[in-house]
Amino acid sequence: MAKKIETQGLDLYYGKFHALSGVNLSIESHVITAIIGPSGCGKSTLLRSLNRMNDLVHGVRVAGRVLLDGVDILAPSTNLSLLRRRVGMVFQRPNPFPLSVFDNVAYGLRVHGEMRRSHLLPVVESSLQSTLLWDELKDKLDSSALELSPEQQQRLCISRVVAVKPEVLLMDEPCSALDPIATGRIEDLMRALAGGYTIVIVTHNMQQAARVAAQTAYMLLGELVEVGPTAHIFENPKDKRTEDYVSGLYG
Amino acid sequence: MRVSPAIIQRIAVVFMWALAAITFAVLVFILAYVLLHGLPHVTWSFLTQSPANMGRAGGIFPMILGTFLVSGLSVLVAAPVGVATAIYLTEYTHEGRMTAVIRFGADCLAGVPSIIFGLFGFVFFAITLRMGLSVLSGSLTLALMVLPTIIRTSEEAIRAVPDTYRQVSYGLGSTRWQMVLYVVLRSAIPGISTGIVLSLGRCISETAAVMLTAGSALRLPRSLFDSSRTLALHFYILSREGISMANAYATASVLIIAILALNLLAYWLMRKFVAKVGR
Repeated sequence: MAKKIETQGLDLYYGKFHALSGVNLSIESHVITAIIGPSGCGKSTLLRSLNRMNDLVHGVRVAGRVLLDGVDILAPSTNLSLLRRRVGMVFQRPNPFPLSVFDNVAYGLRVHGEMRRSHLLPVVESSLQSTLLWDELKDKLDSSALELSPEQQQRLCISRVVAVKPEVLLMDEPCSALDPIATGRIEDLMRALAGGYTIVIVTHNMQQAARVAAQTAYMLLGELVEVGPTAHIFENPKDKRTEDYVSGLYG
Repeated sequence: MRVSPAIIQRIAVVFMWALAAITFAVLVFILAYVLLHGLPHVTWSFLTQSPANMGRAGGIFPMILGTFLVSGLSVLVAAPVGVATAIYLTEYTHEGRMTAVIRFGADCLAGVPSIIFGLFGFVFFAITLRMGLSVLSGSLTLALMVLPTIIRTSEEAIRAVPDTYRQVSYGLGSTRWQMVLYVVLRSAIPGISTGIVLSLGRCISETAAVMLTAGSALRLPRSLFDSSRTLALHFYILSREGISMANAYATASVLIIAILALNLLAYWLMRKFVAKVGR
């Protein structure tokens, strides 16, 4: 399988705090990769390094390389707008803008300069279809996104990212604010989307990683301890620390 | 003897209810007093004619226009500057010594009595910049006076916008300016407009500062360089100099109704906006 993203010796500091140390991780194209580990281990930080969302944090310092299709995105010449269009992000809590359903999905296209509703509508439709929301919402495109259920809101947030046609979807605990049934359906959606996108998901929930991910990475205290096919990580880990974590000894 | 908490609770409720009632009663009393004395004299010709005999007779049309011009222009100047400053302070800088100094300065300015602004406006705009006693001098002075309020209320409104909106917007590849324009300002508009409407109300009811800068000419202002008397100042002069108490109360009634209407309009606009975006 082809490598979509590769981090090489990635170090990240928030001020004096060493949040990531020497992370070497390869993420394969068109599959789901899960990053697991206890709270504060740096998994969200690692995820946010992949489209440079950490740049927004004051006092952050990064060293090493993050290659997207072989090109280092940490280079100063990187066009951040284009990078984040290629590498989209879904956040922990469903966070639609206080706008209509249509305006939420069209937001990314509009910031990239497409203003004509006739051009936006087909993309809004296909984006909502890809998250199975179109049938529910096609008559409610102009109502506020805040009136939707949490699950619908999270699907809408995924549609909003899908609308700008990204290559990679980063998901930061996308189900942690949802009930188990909604979680199951969002997981189905992730599996359905995996064919078209490279998906990286951070999760607290080991069962979730086991259910959806082809590849799993285990992090502890800012280090990448082990990475491999999900079945290996859960059934046959090479590192003692991974074994302790997946068997529930701590975390 | 210990008094039971239930009785203390009852006493507290009665006490707070009484205080609230007193506040409300004072408000109603003042409004009713002014309106009862003034409204009978508010006629169509009072609203549309120029004053005669120093305001003993005739109407207040030039003052209505003057008030409209002076306060409208001052908000037109202060709102963009104030909102831009607030955006700069919240979205474009990190908290540091400079933002602290700007904020401290704005808070100090907000507490300066309006007559000091009047004096400054008189010396700076009217004399040094040779604008004279004019609508322009008056509105620029009032703009300075309300600027701190607009900055601080806009800042609060912008700060209340959830950070996740900003992150999502960046995550979709927007620039900072697009994020500010499409997400932050849209969500902050109700709060920002509240600050602007409050400022407009303060401009309309300001007396001391406009007396020193816009002057008290009775004629209709023909340009921004003409002196003009505002409603609040007209009321002050009519009552202070004993010219006509009836017309003074009538002017006050018009002023009160205008401010009431303004607040209702702002409230209605905000409700409409909020209903539209669903918050």
